[in-house]
Amino acid sequence: MSDKKLKPAPLPNEGLLPEERGLFCDAAPREYEAAKGWVENFLNWARAESLWILGFGTGCGAVELRPLMTSRFDMYRFGIQARPTPRQSSVFVIGGYASVKTLKRIVRSYEQMMGPKFVVALGSCTINGGMYWDSYNTIKRIDQYIPVDVYITGCMPRPEALLAGFQELKKIIKSGNAEGQNLYARNFEWYKANQKKVIKDWNMPDYNW
Amino acid sequence: MNELATELAARYGARDWHDQRKDLASIWVDPIRIHDTLAWLKDQAGYVHLSFLTAIDNIERKAFTMAYTLRNHERGHSLIVHCDIDRDHPVVDSIHLLWGQAWTYQRELKEWFGIDCPGSPRKDEEFVLEGWDDLPMMRRDFDSLAYSQATYEDRPGRETADPAAHMKQKLYPEAPL
Repeated sequence: MSDKKLKPAPLPNEGLLPEERGLFCDAAPREYEAAKGWVENFLNWARAESLWILGFGTGCGAVELRPLMTSRFDMYRFGIQARPTPRQSSVFVIGGYASVKTLKRIVRSYEQMMGPKFVVALGSCTINGGMYWDSYNTIKRIDQYIPVDVYITGCMPRPEALLAGFQELKKIIKSGNAEGQNLYARNFEWYKANQKKVIKDWNMPDYNW
Repeated sequence: MNELATELAARYGARDWHDQRKDLASIWVDPIRIHDTLAWLKDQAGYVHLSFLTAIDNIERKAFTMAYTLRNHERGHSLIVHCDIDRDHPVVDSIHLLWGQAWTYQRELKEWFGIDCPGSPRKDEEFVLEGWDDLPMMRRDFDSLAYSQATYEDRPGRETADPAAHMKQKLYPEAPL
């Protein structure tokens, strides 16, 4: 839980022009404050049973998300559906390899999502770089830049593996261990330093809320 | 097609005509004559379509080899026009006034190889990469692995197998390695 007495310093937003800085948020992310007792368990149950995916195909693995919408796999029976904007979504599926250019959009989209939010990283590229282990433009571990709740291995994983991954995510949420958002808030400076190390033309707010 | 080879040789000193297939040939010219050669091919010889433009890094002879692929739709024939430009001073004439789409290729060449085409629109803008601050990455002296190791964090414990040895071991375990 966050310490309410300590008010964190505003973010410098040095990537923005001075006249633009007042237009954007300069507050760092805060940890989620859990409700008391059974209420939080109920909320976790509700979150787990309505996973709304951000419909942003960040890599080639996103092609495996499409079959989930079809009658053969039918993700809707699990309460999973795609949403068009980060504000409406609770799950971000990193669909495979992430180039630095995509990583910038991933960070931006992740930070714009409403909490509590969860990340499913799909494919071996997100885990250790996969076949892009020597690429000049592809990151090798997504968890250096945003927190990850569930990894799904494979290159690329089939829709059944995705469904199994979502079931795993549900278990984690229901048990109250989906701490990604809190990890991000707690280690915000570390994540931000990693992001800025690879995104060299940082021209957005430090926290895109 | 040999008439065309003779004509190009007489007009622009083109050499080394090579038929790769029945419908594909290549030819070499000096870089100073590349624009005139392409203009003549387009206006007089029916090669109206620029289908591809790229470069090859021939670091051994310190040259970038340009490759302009043209297509003559009436004859169903493609012609690749090559020219070597100096690798230390990579500048070549822009052809965006011959083919409007060429400026996109030339912007790509600037970012990926560092080849400059003076006068080409928006050639200095970023094309695919954002905030790139190293050597142009398609140059062969750019070490992708070293850059990757220096820039992106590894996950410890990753093992890499040689595909040939791994499959041999898997399919024929009794055979000596």
